[in-house]
Amino acid sequence: KVRKDKAQLTVSVKRFAKKLESISDDEAQEILAEKNYVAALGTCAQDPVGNGSSVSGGEVYSFQTPKRSSKMAELASELAQTPGQSVAPDHSKCPEKTAKTPQSNSKSCDSKKKEFLSTTPYRLRKRLAAPDSYLESESEYSASCSEDDDEEDQKEVSTVLSGGKTPAKTKAASTPPPRNTLPKKIKEEKMSNLVEEYFEAHSSSKVLTSDRTLQKLRKRRLNQQTLNDLLKKAPLAYAAEIKELNQQHESLFSKWMLQLHLGFNIILYGLGSKRDLLEKFRTSVLQDSVHLVVNGYFPSITVRSILNSITEEVLDHIGTFRSPLGQLEFINKRFKEDSSLELYVLIHNLDSQMLRGERSQQILAQLSSLPGIYLIASVDHINAPLMWDQAKLSLYNWLWYETTTFSPYVEETSYENSLLVQQSGSLALSSLTHVLRSLTLNARGIFRLLAQYQLENKDNPSYPGLSFQEFYQQCREAFLVNSDLTLRAQLTEFRDHKLIRTKRGADGVEYLLIPVDDSTLTDFLDKEDEDV
Amino acid sequence: QQIREDLNKQLLDNLVSFLKRSYSELQEETTEWTCRMKSREIPTAALVLGVNVTDHDLTFRSLSEVLQNNITPYIALLEAKDCPGIKNLMQKLMGQLMNCCIDEDSLEDDSYVQVSQNRIRCSMTSLINWYESVTKKTDSVTLRKKRTSSSRHWQSPPVVVIFKDMESFTTKVLQDFIVISSRHIRELPLVLIFGIATSPMIIHSLLPHSVSSLLCIELFQSLSCKEHLSTIIDKLLLTAQCPFKLGEKVLQVLINIFLYHDFSVQNFIKGFQLCIVEHFYSQPLSVLCCQLVDAKKRVNSLSHDQCENIRRLPSFRRYVESQVSEKQVALLMSDNFLKEIIQNLLEDLHVYHENYVSVLRCLHVFTSSLPKYPLGKQIRELHCACLENQVWETEEYESSLQLARMLNKSDLVTMLQQCVEIFVSSSGKEFDKTVEKLKEFLTQFQKLEAEAFQERDVSVSSQKELQKKTDLYHLQKTLLELKESRRSKKLTKFEMLRFEVVDYIDSLVRNYLVPADHKTLHEIVYFNTASVLRGHLNAAPRTALHTALNNPYCYLKNQALKSDAGSISNKAPDICIAYKLHLECGRLINLVDWLEAFSTVVMAVEGPNADAASSDQVDDIIHARFIRAVSELELLGFIKPSKQKTDHVARLTWGGC
Repeated sequence: KVRKDKAQLTVSVKRFAKKLESISDDEAQEILAEKNYVAALGTCAQDPVGNGSSVSGGEVYSFQTPKRSSKMAELASELAQTPGQSVAPDHSKCPEKTAKTPQSNSKSCDSKKKEFLSTTPYRLRKRLAAPDSYLESESEYSASCSEDDDEEDQKEVSTVLSGGKTPAKTKAASTPPPRNTLPKKIKEEKMSNLVEEYFEAHSSSKVLTSDRTLQKLRKRRLNQQTLNDLLKKAPLAYAAEIKELNQQHESLFSKWMLQLHLGFNIILYGLGSKRDLLEKFRTSVLQDSVHLVVNGYFPSITVRSILNSITEEVLDHIGTFRSPLGQLEFINKRFKEDSSLELYVLIHNLDSQMLRGERSQQILAQLSSLPGIYLIASVDHINAPLMWDQAKLSLYNWLWYETTTFSPYVEETSYENSLLVQQSGSLALSSLTHVLRSLTLNARGIFRLLAQYQLENKDNPSYPGLSFQEFYQQCREAFLVNSDLTLRAQLTEFRDHKLIRTKRGADGVEYLLIPVDDSTLTDFLDKEDEDV
Repeated sequence: QQIREDLNKQLLDNLVSFLKRSYSELQEETTEWTCRMKSREIPTAALVLGVNVTDHDLTFRSLSEVLQNNITPYIALLEAKDCPGIKNLMQKLMGQLMNCCIDEDSLEDDSYVQVSQNRIRCSMTSLINWYESVTKKTDSVTLRKKRTSSSRHWQSPPVVVIFKDMESFTTKVLQDFIVISSRHIRELPLVLIFGIATSPMIIHSLLPHSVSSLLCIELFQSLSCKEHLSTIIDKLLLTAQCPFKLGEKVLQVLINIFLYHDFSVQNFIKGFQLCIVEHFYSQPLSVLCCQLVDAKKRVNSLSHDQCENIRRLPSFRRYVESQVSEKQVALLMSDNFLKEIIQNLLEDLHVYHENYVSVLRCLHVFTSSLPKYPLGKQIRELHCACLENQVWETEEYESSLQLARMLNKSDLVTMLQQCVEIFVSSSGKEFDKTVEKLKEFLTQFQKLEAEAFQERDVSVSSQKELQKKTDLYHLQKTLLELKESRRSKKLTKFEMLRFEVVDYIDSLVRNYLVPADHKTLHEIVYFNTASVLRGHLNAAPRTALHTALNNPYCYLKNQALKSDAGSISNKAPDICIAYKLHLECGRLINLVDWLEAFSTVVMAVEGPNADAASSDQVDDIIHARFIRAVSELELLGFIKPSKQKTDHVARLTWGGC
């Protein structure tokens, strides 16, 4: 991947333009314009941009070759091998050494690592089963295609990995120049190939990743609290440099103030939390003026609450409004009447889940266009600029400032339901017990039955759930219900509390499921047993 | 700083008023038309405004102002986002109409208005009732005043409803509204105005025939945004009055944004404003960027530091180096002498600008009519070319001169006349001679014409003579002679003159169209840091993220992070490592694998001792760091949790096939 990237870089802009050219002749005019634009972009990229953000478009947006998941492992071991050094020269110099190192690596790591490596041939084979001329021409993995034996596990893989690496590397060094001069036809072919690959990959619902789950790691699940504690222990890397960056940004504060007063609004982008920076701006510059801080990342923030805080706390208005538009009109009127009114609005994460909707953006944009309101906001999402159309952009009147801080998003991510499910597990468990404690004994029994059945079937990946009829039978046998109707009533109650989910199977039968993962369910049953 | 802000405000006002002026032509057309309109159908105007949506607001505002002043007080501006249903539309309409009638005739009938506003049930009948009462009232008022005011509006002023963005209205609402109002057209003279951004065909695709037949549509085309841009550039950049100038690159960036991104004149103006702000903010000598008279005054009050600043300007250094050594010393040592010189130089610069503009226009007259437009069709392209470098050294200039040498006479004469006009109207003092010279050319041309006329007479007569003779051979011979003599004699005369003209223009260009960088003290008035402007107006947040994640060394200047372009050091921040690893994955990413890979990398950094220890605590910390990195990536929108498989995340960015 690294090598391919390099090759792509060298030909970035020109090739992009050429690719465009080859799409079709009908659009020649259009493409010409685009080409001009690309050229213009290129020339502008050559301008000395202070912080080096002048990466040409081709690098970021170019089509990339499909990747295999095993590459991750490869890259990881590669990175691990060469601490503090760049990877490429090391490998090309001493192939023997690299041939050895993955092995030693797999040995030195614990058993998990071994298991991890052993999974790779599987995936490799699956991937390469699909005919792929482009990849084969790269020849990187075609060798490993023939190796089918499961027994030749990590050893084989590692040798293949390192063996395939060196020739490819030397090749990569020589590939860029000829690629430039490749005839147009080949390029066309390649592109159509890429396009096909893209759709192929996205049409198949089959996923080619390993089936391992976090549970098999038997690792203690962390909750938010311990996570924070642990992170506090880990030292923040490059604190000095980050501080320097921040100081650079802080020197812009007076400029921001000037530009805010001239009717522009300021938006900050770049990697790293911009919360501290905005806070600093607030405390250092806005101390004596009326300002409103909106934590956009907060999961329950709404435009309405922002408007409310403006009308109630800034304008001292008591009373409610029928619609946010009316409220906006009111604010508009007040600000027009009293030109001395000034309000600074700081919005952390303007692109958060709650604020990114079309309507809320529209309202915020109109708000920001008021002459008395100065907006300074931050965005993090890569697709954040897609939120705004022309009309909104002109209302916002943004000035973009790149403020890359590299500081961790502590606050911003703390509200997010982390995808590693760490905290949600405990949450679900406690809610389960709470709800069930308030139910009758029979109801608890019903739920237990369902839970037990689900646990029994936990190894069956295609387990659809318990069908209603069967469940009714079981409940009757356990003397929990006496009729179809009572069971239904009970189930409705469960459903209202989101304890169960029903779904109709292909045969029209209703299936019941508890939407909680197995470990939580086991914990729950254990607890129940203790109680009883 | 105060002065700067004032300047900015002034400029902005200028711009806005200018925009309005440019629209007014169109508006008058519209108003005239609406006066004439009287038919059973609903009169409708369709304004095709073009794609520069952001400028429309201004147009409509000025349009409604004009209408209000000239025709009718009853105007409602409707936007699609306010009117999701017919009910909302009616409500909005009523509200606006009644409000504007309050403004118009602030009669005592507050109670009536209040009642009407409280009444939520808005319908066409209530609207008609209201309209009748209002018109009666105004009638009575005018009667009472014995028509002294002679009623600025007519007996029954029409109600104008403007749909700002017709495309985004739901068709149902529009249809209903049109059908309903067509029923009441007798009682309520209604005029609709549609604002259209795409093409007039949209009316027919939005409305079925039965509805559109109720409308009597007249089409109006507003000026295209490109024309707006060129007028603005004309008024703003190509005058000597505005002391602030744009450098070549900046102008190029602004024009590129305009042409390739939004076609929005407003955004162009915004960019221009930003340039002004940046210039005044970043260039300490920009105090001198004002009208010449003020600038001279300010030069006198320059402090020592500012003088030093001037001495540090590269263009000034060049100037100093070109001087005699005594003068050099004086320039560098004595502030007073420096100030004098600066005043002179500023004056030079001012004169240069004055001359520059007129010569540029003159050259534009020539080049804009050449086939294939080697130097560009628009004056802005010519302007850019001239700013960029010495225009007479470019190939395009050569070819355009070549072409100019082949122009025919009538074109040449009209061009010369235009040039004379330009020079006469310009304020530059040095152009008297030029004008004279050009006029001389003109008279020479006229003389030539007269001569040619005479000669043609002669030749015709000689031909007549020839015709008397019947000798075919002789005839042929004389004809050939005649032809040859004509070609060699008369045409060379014209050609010589033509060459002379072109050469003269060329000399003008060489004299006056020197690029601004070559002028001393150009830094004071020219803003040239295009990259700043680009960063602020046309930012690339994705690129910034990409570089930060891929190559943290760009931001964090630590040697440990320095690495090749493609690879990444394993000492990079956690999020960079996680990002790098995730780039290697396909559509779905197994969290466990990811974690493994991550911990392998991180462990390697920690060193062998950490490996040996491999205590739970270290493991936990790595785990926690991984979680943080992953959730940060999720916040940034690179991944999202996936339900397809347990403990998997889906990759959201391109490249993961």
